[in-house]
Amino acid sequence: MYDRAMPISRDQVLHIGRLARLGLSDAEIDRLTVQLSDILEHFEALAAVDTGDVEPTAHPLPLQNVMRTDSVAPSLARDDALSNAPEVEDGLIRVRAVLE
Amino acid sequence: MSELWELTAHEAQDGLRTKEFSSVELTESVLARVDAVEDRVNAYITRTDEVAREQAREADARFAAGTATPLTGIPFAVKDLIVTKGVRTTAGSRMLGDFVPPYDSHVYEQLKRAGAVMVGKANMDEFAMGSSTEHSAYGATRNPWDTDRVPGGSSGGSAAAVAAGECIAALGSDTGGSIRQPAALCGVVGLDPTYGRVSRFGIIAFGSSLDQVGPIGRDVEDVATILDGISSHDPRDSTSDPAPRPDMRHYLGRDVAGKKIGVPREYFIEGMENGVRTRIDEALRHLESLGCEIDTDLSLPMTEHALAVYYLIAPSEASSNLARYDGVKYGLSERGGSMWENMEQTREQGFGDEVKRRIMLGVYALSAGYYDQFYLKAQKVRTLITNEFREAFTRYDALVTPTTPGVAFPVGDKLDDPYAMYLNDIYTLPSAVAGLPALSLPCGLSEGLPVGLQIIGDVGAEGTILQIGHAFEGALGEANTLAPL
Repeated sequence: MYDRAMPISRDQVLHIGRLARLGLSDAEIDRLTVQLSDILEHFEALAAVDTGDVEPTAHPLPLQNVMRTDSVAPSLARDDALSNAPEVEDGLIRVRAVLE
Repeated sequence: MSELWELTAHEAQDGLRTKEFSSVELTESVLARVDAVEDRVNAYITRTDEVAREQAREADARFAAGTATPLTGIPFAVKDLIVTKGVRTTAGSRMLGDFVPPYDSHVYEQLKRAGAVMVGKANMDEFAMGSSTEHSAYGATRNPWDTDRVPGGSSGGSAAAVAAGECIAALGSDTGGSIRQPAALCGVVGLDPTYGRVSRFGIIAFGSSLDQVGPIGRDVEDVATILDGISSHDPRDSTSDPAPRPDMRHYLGRDVAGKKIGVPREYFIEGMENGVRTRIDEALRHLESLGCEIDTDLSLPMTEHALAVYYLIAPSEASSNLARYDGVKYGLSERGGSMWENMEQTREQGFGDEVKRRIMLGVYALSAGYYDQFYLKAQKVRTLITNEFREAFTRYDALVTPTTPGVAFPVGDKLDDPYAMYLNDIYTLPSAVAGLPALSLPCGLSEGLPVGLQIIGDVGAEGTILQIGHAFEGALGEANTLAPL
């Protein structure tokens, strides 16, 4: 499965665009199908690299989980935190209904 | 007599300390230079003249009170993904066109604490995705050496501002080369620090396992001084390394004789310009004349996979990080439909083509059925790349390569071919993937345009690469990092 050509289909691009909720136009879907196929074709050589028992790297440093003491300290004031919100009501962010 | 804006940061410091001129005078000189050339360069998204004047007055008070630091009074360009309280921060995107942060990033706090002066927020490729600063919603930045060419990216505004005299020094950020590549194309010095050395608190996220803020300056001493100023442990960034930071300036001026330098042959590939090759060969002879032991018989076979690894991992992380732009909490918000319609409209309006492309690539690499084949595979090969570097650093003090395969390319040249644009990062990606520090510094011109030399160090070995870079700069003679604009 790794060694065959794997350009991405228009249907797949459409599906991914929906997953990402990017609101892509038909023209953008067409263009992205060509561009992503071209890019992914160049990545095919990766499949040939032997990674049998290699651990994946999620992070370049061997960092341990960082814990801090649970101490009370001043944080961003509510008005400041809301200062960029598009719609605010009673100190809360107003959102559209998720469930119709 | 030269103008104040032409000085390096350490030269400016000397003048400020001896009261030869004031910080206000230095800042006014830089602001006048911005007035004179900005319409040709477009290095800034937002100018902050009044912030700069206020900070310059405070800096003069610190010199009078004897509380100045090595960065006090130095005019900076700050890349526009570095969050600055009360000053619009756009990340080069329409999505954040009206975003005024209610808090400061750690690095800007550090600059303010040191008494530095902010001239403006520097232009960049949108969300740091790009290699030419053409992917900015605020117009492309031009290369001060030739304004028909790109300055590189994504920190193209920062590098161009330093080269054009529109600041004395700058902060950029590097994910896959975004400090080093524009520094090389603009003929200035740039450092991507070891991952974890500089806090990412308040840095608008792109690829969280790769992003790192770093300095851009006119010489190696300036870059070392700025790193000292911005690098400290920050508990607000869980990936901030708690280890103590040695003073980088201690390494400058030390003898480099006997330093073992590896030159990996995979960086000398087809597609590399002859002019670049010539300058790099000369640079190696300079290093040899300084007593460095150059070994060109080095192979790092995993190098060729770094591009695929990076362009799978960084977009995957980006697709997750950029999911926060939903039109609900902050940023652009298209309203008038259902929640889902608004989210789509907001992203359609707010994101540019390259950002959409990378989100798509990332979502694909992470999606069911392709995760193992792309994302997990890339993470495993990332391990192999890291191991290969680790093994090399048991034998070498540093690795030397070109920073880019070619000099600055014409505006528009690679805009319609994303993969050709990605290839520009081919020499800066491997060390980024491994989290290693790397310095780019000028090593002469090819066809009148700057060529960059890259020095890659082991984890935490910024001191060594700055030491070698400083000695090289001295051997090369006059650095000449100001563009003839």
